[in-house]
This record gives sequence, C-alpha cells and structure tokens, in this order.
Amino acid sequence: MTTVTDVHDTDSPFALSHLDSLESEAVHIFREVAGEFERPVILFSGGKDSIVMLHLALKAFAPAAIPFSLLHVDTGHNFPEVIEYRDRTVEKHGLRLHVASVQEYIDAGKLRERPDGTRNPLQTVPLTEAIQQHRFDAVFGGGRRDEEKARAKERVFSLRDEFSQWDPRRQRPELWQLYNGRHAPGEHVRVFPLSNWTELDVWQYIEREGIELPQIYFAHEREVFSRNGMWLTAGEWGGPKDGEPVVRRTIRYRTVGDMSCTGAVDSDATTLEAVIAEIAASRLTERGATRADDKLSEAAMEDRKREGYF
Amino acid sequence: MSTTSEQLADLSATTLLRFATAGSVDDGKSTLVGRLLHDSKSVLADQLEAVEAASLSRGQDAPDLALLTDGLRAEREQGITIDVAYRYFATPRRRFILADTPGHVQYTRNMVTGASTAELAVVLVDARNGVVEQTRRHAAVAALLRVPHVVLAVNKMDLVDYAEPVFAAIAEEFTTYASELGVPEITAIPISALAGDNVVEPSANMDWYGGPTVLEHLETVPVSHDLTACHARFPVQYVIRPQTAEHPDYRGYAGQIAAGAFRVGEQVAVLPSGKTSTITAIDALGESVDIAWAPQSVTIRLADDIDISRGDLLAPAGDAPATTQDVVATVCHVADQPLAVGQRVLLKHTTRTVKAIVKDIPSRLTLDDLSQHPAPGQLVANDIGRVVVRTAEPLALDTYADSRRTGSFLLIDPADGTTLAAGMAGDAFASATAPVAAAQDEEGWDF
Repeated sequence: MTTVTDVHDTDSPFALSHLDSLESEAVHIFREVAGEFERPVILFSGGKDSIVMLHLALKAFAPAAIPFSLLHVDTGHNFPEVIEYRDRTVEKHGLRLHVASVQEYIDAGKLRERPDGTRNPLQTVPLTEAIQQHRFDAVFGGGRRDEEKARAKERVFSLRDEFSQWDPRRQRPELWQLYNGRHAPGEHVRVFPLSNWTELDVWQYIEREGIELPQIYFAHEREVFSRNGMWLTAGEWGGPKDGEPVVRRTIRYRTVGDMSCTGAVDSDATTLEAVIAEIAASRLTERGATRADDKLSEAAMEDRKREGYF
Repeated sequence: MSTTSEQLADLSATTLLRFATAGSVDDGKSTLVGRLLHDSKSVLADQLEAVEAASLSRGQDAPDLALLTDGLRAEREQGITIDVAYRYFATPRRRFILADTPGHVQYTRNMVTGASTAELAVVLVDARNGVVEQTRRHAAVAALLRVPHVVLAVNKMDLVDYAEPVFAAIAEEFTTYASELGVPEITAIPISALAGDNVVEPSANMDWYGGPTVLEHLETVPVSHDLTACHARFPVQYVIRPQTAEHPDYRGYAGQIAAGAFRVGEQVAVLPSGKTSTITAIDALGESVDIAWAPQSVTIRLADDIDISRGDLLAPAGDAPATTQDVVATVCHVADQPLAVGQRVLLKHTTRTVKAIVKDIPSRLTLDDLSQHPAPGQLVANDIGRVVVRTAEPLALDTYADSRRTGSFLLIDPADGTTLAAGMAGDAFASATAPVAAAQDEEGWDF
C-alpha cells in the first residue's frame, strides 16, 4: 500500500493510487474464485504477468498458503533462465506445479511441428487437455485488456465450453463487481485478475513491490539474428537460417514466451527504473514490438481465443 | 508517448477514473474515443500504422480513428460495435479506464454494464440533431445507475458553424431533463471530435466557451469523496485460517470494503445473524493498519470467535442494514431468454448467492419518455422494469441509492448460469418527477 501523500493529483484523505486500486481489485478477484470454485489453477509461465499474478495471490491469502496449484504449458522452447526461475519460485512457496508439454505431444505424434517453427499456437491442445484431465474449473490467466483489440472485450470471468472455446456472443454481461462463475460440468471459467492493468502498471507494481524477475527482462549481451524485423535468439528451435547472420547485441525482452516468436529490443536498461522509463517512452505497444504470431492477421487473436487459447 | 519530463511525471502515483461513453456511431462516438486516445498520445506507432493501413485498404483518404476501437471481426465487417470494450489511457495527471459502450437502441444492457462501474458518463449528441430519444435514454441509464458525474458532449459543432446558441439550447434542454432524473452533476462541453475542438486541445473556433476540454474535465473531476459519511459495509469473501505452527489461531475475514471505512476498536455487527464483536486488527495486504476504507481489499480480525462465513456482512453495530427476504428493485434485463413472474432464479448479492422467486413484475419502463407499462408479465432483453423478488434466505441489502455496491445484485438462471438481470434495490430515480409518473401506490414506487 502506498500512503495517501504519494497520490499527487488529489488531497482527499481517502484517495487510492491507481496501483492500490488495481491491486485491491485483483485480490478481490482471487478471493472470489477461492470462495466459489472447487479446483482453480493459475497459469504460470515465469513471465512477468504470471509472476505478478502469483504475487497478488500470495498477498490475497496471507498468512495462509494459496488454495490453488500452478499449470505451465511448456512449449519446449522456453528460455532456460525462465524455467530455472519457475522451478525456484515453485519450491520457495511450496506450490504444486503441473506441466503440460508441447514437446511430449509432438513426440507422441499428437501434434505436428509447424513449418515456421513457431510453437505458440500449438499450446492450445495441451492446455485444453490438461484442464479436462485435472478437472480445473477456474483457470487464472495473466491476459490484459490493453494488450490487443480482441482482448478489449474480454470479461474478467470468461466462460469456456468443454472444448475451451470462447464465444464472444455467449459471454455474460459483467456488472459492478459481481462476477458470475456458474458453469456446467465440463465447462470452466478463465479468470483474468489483471484485466484492467496496462503494461506500465505491471512494471510499476513490480518495482513498488520489489518483485524479482528472470534476468532476460533486463539488458544483457546475447547472440541474436534478425527475422521479420525482430531480434530472435539463436537456438535449436529453428534459427538462424542461411542468410540470417548472427550478431552480438545488448538487448532485453519485453515479453517472455516461446523463443521462436518472442523478439528482443535493443536496450541498455539494466534496472527496473530504467526499464520503466524506456517503456513509458516507447513508441510501440508490447505485442506489436515483440510478438510475431499476433501479426499473422488482423483477426489473429480473435481466432485463437475462439479455439481456446489463453 | 514522447518522452518529456512531463511524461515521466506520469510514473508517480495518480488516481484512477473509470468512465463510460454513451452515444451512437452516427454521433461520432468512435471518433471521440479515438481522438481522446490519439491526442493524449495513448495510441502508439504500430496501432496507428495498422489503422492507416486498414483505412487505405478501404479507400479512405485519412486514417479513420474509429478503427482504433473496433475490435471484433463481425464489427469491422458490419461497421458496428456489439459489446462493451475497455480502453486504457493515461495522462501525467490521471489514469483512465474507459468502458466504451455501443449506443444503439438494442444495446441498453451494454450501456448499463459500462455505467455500473463508472464514476462518470460521457453522453454524446450531434449538434445538428440536439436532444433526441436516444439522448434521453442515455440520461436515464446514467441516472438509474447513479453515475455521479455526467458530461454532455455536444459534437459536430463544426457543422453548425460553431454557433453558441445551438450549443446553449441543447445544453439547457439536457441539463433540465437529467436534473429532473436526479443526476447530481452535469457538465456540457461543445466539441468537434473530427476536428479535435475541445476534446484534448482547447478550440480556437469557440472563443465564447470558457470551460474545460473533455480531457481536462476528466483529469480534474473528483473521484473520491468523504467516506466517513457513508454507511460502512464489508461483505466477507473468504475466511483465512492457516492452521500452521506459525499461525495456529489466526482467523481472518477477507474481503473488499464495499462502502465507508472501518477502524480497529470499532464494534461491528455480523449480518444476517446479528451477533456483535470488536475489530482487533485490520491486515491491509501485508501491513497492519488502524483504518481502512472502500475499495481496499483487507482482512479483518475480530475479538470473539463467532461463526462467520462467506456471504456474511460486517457493518458498524450502530449502523447495520435491515435484513429482508422481499426485494423490491429496478432491473435491467440482460439475457436473451425472458424473465417471467413465478420464475425461480438465483440472486447474487455481494458475496452471497441465494435461491429466489420472481413474485411480481409490477411495471416495465420505457426509457425514451419514462412512461411505464403496468404488469408486463415478463421482461425481455434490454427491458428495464420493476420487480418484486422473494429470497429463500435473508439479505443485508441497502438501497442502491445509498450504496452502489451493496444495493446491487444479479439474477441468474439456475439451469445454465446465464446472468438474466442486473438489479438495483429501492427507488429507480433520485427524484420522483418523472414526466409520465403514474399515481404512487403505497409501496412508494416512483415511476
């Protein structure tokens, strides 16, 4: 909590800063799910949004443990720094982690590698089947409405059918702070506690709370190559190809996902403060700058959401 | 954002204003929203490029700012907006969450949804058309949802030669109407969303107007009020009992303060049981505090070990709401299937969900002229009506006029979980001077 004096645009003794408002709302959402669902799970990738989600959940139930387990859909192309962070975090808080592995699906012949090597779209099936297998009835995701136009219409409680499909016309109106989580057996609800946060809010909150992040979010030297105007990390997932020269650059990642489609930006920001200043000054939105897979078509995200993507 | 020292001042703590827009595509609503985002430098280069490319591919010669806000493919193809979309922008002075709601007639429910969390509503009118039926509908929804601040944005002033008399007449007509409905604060602003007059930048074409631009008003309107004057309310969401070696006896009641403020040492009543106890500690997400207020999420601990669970409500012992099983309310029907007299439903109020039955639907309200239609028998999508609901268990219900959070509820279909209706307990409007008010009966219905 910040003190009242930190809020500079009002002299009301009862003003809350924007971060306190957002934190309070997110905690309310976590507690609402704990009160109304049997088997909730938090999608945890070791990326900054899921790290903030976990931090909020820990706060919501302190001094007790969080009444949820974690689920990571592992593409097999994750940054080693992120996997290491994930495992350390799980151990530190005594949490239970489920992993749904895209690699295992490919090895078993249930999924086929795409020609472009991108595995993000392949996450949908393992995610959906893990939800069915463990009978999760509420699945927390770190999605934010400011990320993309199709997400701007997403609910905080988003109903999914037994195939995890999202039907924009079947979503329930969401009024006041009254969330309706009722669902039929086999259906589940995706819950987005960070719905109203922006990228900048997430970073400011990380700074305020002193939350530790994987190092790839900060500027470091790395061997990268250029594809579709983004710096990608060389690796076994399918890059670089001939004619894609590898160079050493000082870069950092703004989002953390599959190595094949997560691009880095040139940056010297080695501290949170520097990262925040850089983001505030950025001329590109988060996904536009760093996610190749959302550029596929104007309706790319909408299509994948319908199929059960995050 | 361009990086200036002013922009970086943006990084300190500010308050958050939630507001909603109401108006139709024809009134230029998407253009106004696009203009707010664009001129406050919240539209970034790649978004703008996408809009420019899409505008070009449709043969438009200038970037269509409306495209910034049309999200779903069906909407782009049909050029309409079919749902509430939430948009985010910030200025050095404040953060904003905008519930962007379609203003078309069949989308009353979307406007009600957007207005339900809004501290302010922007109602848009076309200066050439003035106050029309739809404008009255928007004013009525804002009044019904008790949105504290309403802005009338008189758009397309460029098409009426920026004439002050045109603006003044519309502003007067709207203010009179909305005041009668009990809207507490109305600000009228003459704008041209297309040309940018008075949206973010002051207009050079309207010297006669001395008030704030839309953005200036959004930045300065008060968002927090004196909470000590409110009835304090705390719905219990979850009981925290670690039962660990470190915390063998910890028992905390977790929830978000719905209204007012609570202090350590205060005597509170637990509803619906009526038992009382004293607050011994308030844990505010990691720190112990002496006082906490709405809308903070906290954990409250009490002196006595009494039976309290999710769905109960804590209130000051001397200021507890009455409990009731007979709910008289105004509802907005939001589902495709109708709501009929005799129907069994679930009623969700704060953190409590109870079985209920619709006893009566005394009237349906036409928002255009506020005329009422007695005994409609059922309500269909986008209807506003009065209902009488009998609940299986007592509820600690306030009137919506007293507390938007503890006076509101949902009616839910027990069969498939559909949200049927959004309810507001008590009288519909703050004032009883509705133009076509029927004779008041003893229940005190005021339309």
